[in-house]
Amino acid sequence: MSELKKYKELALGGNIEKSGTAVDFKTGDWRSSRPVYHPENCIQCLFCWVYCPDSAVILKDGQVTGFNLDHCKGCGICAHECPGKKKVKAIVMEEEVK
Amino acid sequence: MANLKELAARGDKFTGGHRACAGCGATIVARQALLAAGDKPVVATCATGCLEVVSTIFPYTAWDVPFIHSAFENSAATISGVEAAYKSLKRQGTVKEDIRFMAFGGDGGTYDIGLQALSGAMERGHNMLYICYDNQAYMNTGIQRSSATPKGSATTTSPNGKKIPGKVQFRKNLTEIIAAHGIPYVAQSVVGNWSDFTKKVEKALAKGGPAFIAVLQPCRLGWGYPPELTAEMGRLAVDTNFWPLYEVEDGKYKINYTPKERKPITEWLFQQERFRHLKRPENQAILEEIQKDIDLRWENLGKKCSQ
Repeated sequence: MSELKKYKELALGGNIEKSGTAVDFKTGDWRSSRPVYHPENCIQCLFCWVYCPDSAVILKDGQVTGFNLDHCKGCGICAHECPGKKKVKAIVMEEEVK
Repeated sequence: MANLKELAARGDKFTGGHRACAGCGATIVARQALLAAGDKPVVATCATGCLEVVSTIFPYTAWDVPFIHSAFENSAATISGVEAAYKSLKRQGTVKEDIRFMAFGGDGGTYDIGLQALSGAMERGHNMLYICYDNQAYMNTGIQRSSATPKGSATTTSPNGKKIPGKVQFRKNLTEIIAAHGIPYVAQSVVGNWSDFTKKVEKALAKGGPAFIAVLQPCRLGWGYPPELTAEMGRLAVDTNFWPLYEVEDGKYKINYTPKERKPITEWLFQQERFRHLKRPENQAILEEIQKDIDLRWENLGKKCSQ
């Protein structure tokens, strides 16, 4: 889990001075299974990216390159929506093991 | 309409790291709506509810746009006030940019508690877009029935038991109520069809008046289905005609999507835990009633489109 801030680290009056700060909060440890990317089966349709509830699909120059596992909660929507190449999916969910 | 490559180039305005359930549909609504509106500055507000609670836990915020927290009942009133102030500042010349105003509310904050504020804002003609993410119950407080809950659905305040088989009443048709205000743009969309939703958000914002979009948002916790099926459950609701995709533009009705073959409603119902009791033979009559109601509503919608 992410560290809670001490009160002296917060802005005066408890204001939130920047937007989009939730990126600093890690939700990756909620996950029970992780998406694994197989680029050879990817047609770059971007469906995984547009349906991801956690903005956890990493794009580089408009191309899928992998997943932000700090934010991914392992819901599996990306793997379900993935059309794949010749019906072989580019995203497969694998169980987390320790 | 912007395609996925163009949307991707705009970048996310709703970040990860929020605390929604895995497979939440509400955050998909917020993300896609802000992406669709992303070519111009946006000011957003959100009624108290799942989306607000998971996205703005202090000291973090998932909104990468100016965001105003508002109470359960008045997100429409809040954003209409901001819009009125913006109009005045623009007239005085202090603000020069074109800014868009968006309010989000769940079905509890829109169908029930926020209906009066929403109706008022629509009637006053503010230049704003209200998006209702309809997950068909008060999910944030623990799945209580709302007036958007469909008949037969088990919730904590309409449980399946000896006295009643889930909710007794049919759901309210809010889209029609808002359409009756005679505003420029009213539409229904769904989580699971990004192109339909993006198109409607763009159209609504381009209208330059009050606009309303109701989005059916599958809730994996309250509906009871595996999290990976969120988008799929939305599409299935459309294919069974439970949630028709249509729009009312300047009073003219148009169905945006007609299923090739209408699927029976049981296909959608039986995948969800909240309708599990309807599989029992003694509840067969309720299933028939639900199917009849859906067919009637679809037929009436068809008549409105051909007028």
